[in-house]
Amino acid sequence: MSSYSITEPSARQKWFAGTLVILYALITITPLLWIIATGFKSSADSISYPPKVFFQPKLEGYVNLFTTRTRATTEQLATLPPPKTWYEQVARDNAMVISGPSRYGERFLNSVIIGFGSTFLSIVLGTLAAYAFSRFKVPLKDDLLFFILSTRMMPPIAVAIPIFLMFRALGLSDTHLGMILLYTAVNISLAVWLIHGFMDEIPREYEEAALIDGYTRFQAFYKVVLPQAATGIASTAIFCLIFAWNEYAFAVLLTSGTAQTAPPFIPTIIGVGGKDWPAVAAGATLFLLPVMVFTILLRKHLLRGITFGAVRK
Amino acid sequence: MAEVKLQNVNKTFGQQSAVVDLSMTIPDGSFVVLLGPTGAGKTTTLRLISGLERPENGDISIAGRSVLDITPAERDIAMVFQQYSLYPHMTVRDNLAFPLRSMLHKTPEPEITRKVSEVAEVLRISHKLDNKATALSGGEMQRVSIGRALVRNPSIYLMDEPLSSLDAKLRADLRVELKSIQANLGATFLYVTHDQIEAMTMATHIGVLDHGQLVQFGSPREIYENPVSLYVASRLGIPRLNVLPADIFGGAPKGAKSIGLRPENIVQNGGKSASVTRVERLGDQTRLHLKLDGHDIITLTDVHTRLGPGDPISIQPHNPLYFDAAGARIA
Repeated sequence: MSSYSITEPSARQKWFAGTLVILYALITITPLLWIIATGFKSSADSISYPPKVFFQPKLEGYVNLFTTRTRATTEQLATLPPPKTWYEQVARDNAMVISGPSRYGERFLNSVIIGFGSTFLSIVLGTLAAYAFSRFKVPLKDDLLFFILSTRMMPPIAVAIPIFLMFRALGLSDTHLGMILLYTAVNISLAVWLIHGFMDEIPREYEEAALIDGYTRFQAFYKVVLPQAATGIASTAIFCLIFAWNEYAFAVLLTSGTAQTAPPFIPTIIGVGGKDWPAVAAGATLFLLPVMVFTILLRKHLLRGITFGAVRK
Repeated sequence: MAEVKLQNVNKTFGQQSAVVDLSMTIPDGSFVVLLGPTGAGKTTTLRLISGLERPENGDISIAGRSVLDITPAERDIAMVFQQYSLYPHMTVRDNLAFPLRSMLHKTPEPEITRKVSEVAEVLRISHKLDNKATALSGGEMQRVSIGRALVRNPSIYLMDEPLSSLDAKLRADLRVELKSIQANLGATFLYVTHDQIEAMTMATHIGVLDHGQLVQFGSPREIYENPVSLYVASRLGIPRLNVLPADIFGGAPKGAKSIGLRPENIVQNGGKSASVTRVERLGDQTRLHLKLDGHDIITLTDVHTRLGPGDPISIQPHNPLYFDAAGARIA
């Protein structure tokens, strides 16, 4: 006899739901897969029509992404000594000679510093502010919270010109610190609001118990509240990182050299020696990785319910 | 272990006064039970002593020293919350060790291990020590929560209905256990409960609260046999106190409005005639529901009584309590 439950979906319902989810996943993941595939195509394959789904994988895009090259004729190539490295070989196969490294590495590192730096700062400040809003009697609390949220009511780029002038006056233009502060300013309202919501869900009894158990308020916060808010903090961190990581408009406007991040850099590849789609796709693929790794690392915190049910309501 | 003293303590929440001019002394080594319905100020009293709330005025002292200006941690108290708040991200062992690991109570690790296993033994949770706190049943959580208080040796234990969510057998066992712990340690307890058996068997003193005011403070026997008001009298008693018009049996003192009769204070021969409406056989006792001049009365009778619904019976009061119109005791 098979068991039957009215809350458990039937096999048909499960099959239907599964199909829907898979279909949706396919739709969203196709452009991504296409970019990853393009990164491994040759220039010719990348623009062939009809588009090629099956192709001979090449590392041309990645080599082009990380190098600057000059074009050489067959005669010129013949006069050169044999290539010393595999990437030199790849370049020569396309009638190119590598003349130096590209700036992709630096730009990528800038993105890492600015993205993670601003995420860290947003989370630290946001957590402390959210805790205060959640636990203390803050005068004008609701107004303050509304004010913090109101900074998100217009697209940040609407204030681009004042910010540009401000950054110039303060000497923050094209600096890591400037970009970290800017992204933190934009993210902090999100951080305060999201974490505030999570903090409110943590019953005060835990801290009260810790206070009586001989701990100070800060220790209670650190040992009891923080571990339980980890889930909320982790998901907020992911949102903050994704924003700072992908931000394009301010990066174009405020950075050009030292502090330029990868998003404004990647499109400039297009201009170097024709439309180099594989290199652009390779740049985009690599650029995806850190956020993906970060999200996967924090994934277990995204699953709610670790703290469920320890307090009798 | 210390004497705890409250003097003219007031606490309001917005418009609501939770504790009104409360003065009470919890003698060193005593077991004081607070009684009162929901909203009478029992929990607020515990929170005031623990320092989680600050009184508007009045003074609270522990061992002769005013504690108003020191933190809950420094007050050297242990508290069991009504909502047993175990730290959900820790194991049972770590929950029990948590108070001992604080900077304030810095305890060497072997000592912690010894105390934790000792308390776990008493509360019968030894086999669950390595479980996550969230993987326990309600009763187990509550026992861990009591255990977190018992690992320490504070000046006073504050307990807010600690046994309320346990099953009857465990509650009876732990009641005896807690009482013997208290007696052995000579510890001071302030204990909130709704349970009459807990109040009567564990308490050395009972304080009855009404709308934030202490209306009577005395030994369990005193509270039960000599209540100052109808309100106090109806706090205790299973089955409950029967309240009837004062003159129903005649001979009421002047000014009496009502007569309070405990079930055991109704004698079953002579007096007024009533009729049996229901017989409840509980095994160890048998309760009779009677109708007397249109009033319902509950009394106790012989366990193997042959009485049945509709049978006539005559009753009269023995040691009745008389109350005036305001509910104050007059005789």
